[in-house]
Amino acid sequence: MASLANHPTSRDQAKVMNRFDITRRMIGLLHHDEAVIGGIGYTNFDLWAASEAPGGRRPQNFYMLGSMGLAVPIALGVAIAQPRRKVFALEGDGSILMQLGSLSTVAARAQNNLCIVIMDNGAYQITGGQKTMTEQGADIVGIARASGLARSAWAADEDAFVELIGRSLTEDGPWLIGCRIDNQKPVDTTERDPSRIRDNFMRGLGVRP
Amino acid sequence: MAEATDASRVGSPAWHEIVRDVLRRHNVSLVTYVPDNVLRPLIEAVDADPFFTAFACTREEEALGINAGAWMGGLRGILLMQTSGFATLPNVIASLSVPFSIPTLMMVSERGTLGEFNIGQSLVARTMRPVLAALAVEHHTMTRLDEVEFIVDRGITQAVATMAPVCFILSPLLTGGKVFAK
Repeated sequence: MASLANHPTSRDQAKVMNRFDITRRMIGLLHHDEAVIGGIGYTNFDLWAASEAPGGRRPQNFYMLGSMGLAVPIALGVAIAQPRRKVFALEGDGSILMQLGSLSTVAARAQNNLCIVIMDNGAYQITGGQKTMTEQGADIVGIARASGLARSAWAADEDAFVELIGRSLTEDGPWLIGCRIDNQKPVDTTERDPSRIRDNFMRGLGVRP
Repeated sequence: MAEATDASRVGSPAWHEIVRDVLRRHNVSLVTYVPDNVLRPLIEAVDADPFFTAFACTREEEALGINAGAWMGGLRGILLMQTSGFATLPNVIASLSVPFSIPTLMMVSERGTLGEFNIGQSLVARTMRPVLAALAVEHHTMTRLDEVEFIVDRGITQAVATMAPVCFILSPLLTGGKVFAK
């Protein structure tokens, strides 16, 4: 993918960024009711925090409360159901390592309205910071490319992240954007009310009036 | 296998044709699956019908997640799998389908009983109904051709209306099961 040539293909070339900061930057770029699926853990909490707005939190976000590893499959399902809406999956490195097969399913479906964002700090941070395999040699962008996701790259820094998200909004995917992040605690904690989360999400997607 | 049971009923549709037609009537157009030999005629039937979007997934959990997302996006789906695949699902049924009130439709080809030749299948099969009962998931075992339409039709209706999962179990009595290959 020549058009991605200026973006790193290797994890160690990517700058370590802050999860809340880049999540907020991403949400700031969403102006067309794009759906966002937050995996579990701090990825989820910072999506909740970054989505706070004067008029209330954006309803097109879905927050998992378990089912570790299913952010990409859930996002793929939304993307299949609503092919004209852009759908994002926010997932941690520990989570995506549990469901690597889903990357090849997304590639096989060629789901062009889907963008996967991986928040990779090399650790199971919420359970005490135990190392994941990405801290021991595994490279999620490399795995994604080998799974058939040609539009996969590491965000070199914040500006590159914003550029890649912008491109995923205007160009066909499926996309995968790898983000190295630090070990800062999340800014807030997601409200654990699944009925409300699901109902808000379905209304935000126009499935319910 | 399946055809052995159905062939004696000349003129009546096979179980997989009935299931396909009920799915279509209920607008269940997404079919995700991890393949199984007994499910093969149903998979081939939906693959051949442009009404359906059908594809294999790498794991049953993944397929359940896809169907959950699709349902929230306004598209109904069903997950096809065999008994051993169901055994990988309790965590996601308990943490996604049930608390979020998602009508997860599941159909399981029952292995592990009535002539099973693989000891692993026979052992894991014993976990299926206790798990379904522990999670309070509505489930029905279909043993006869004349009950398939009623069970699938009513089961889907109830799952959607009550926003709860349902599991349809395809007994070897209905399908012929998988027979021992020497």
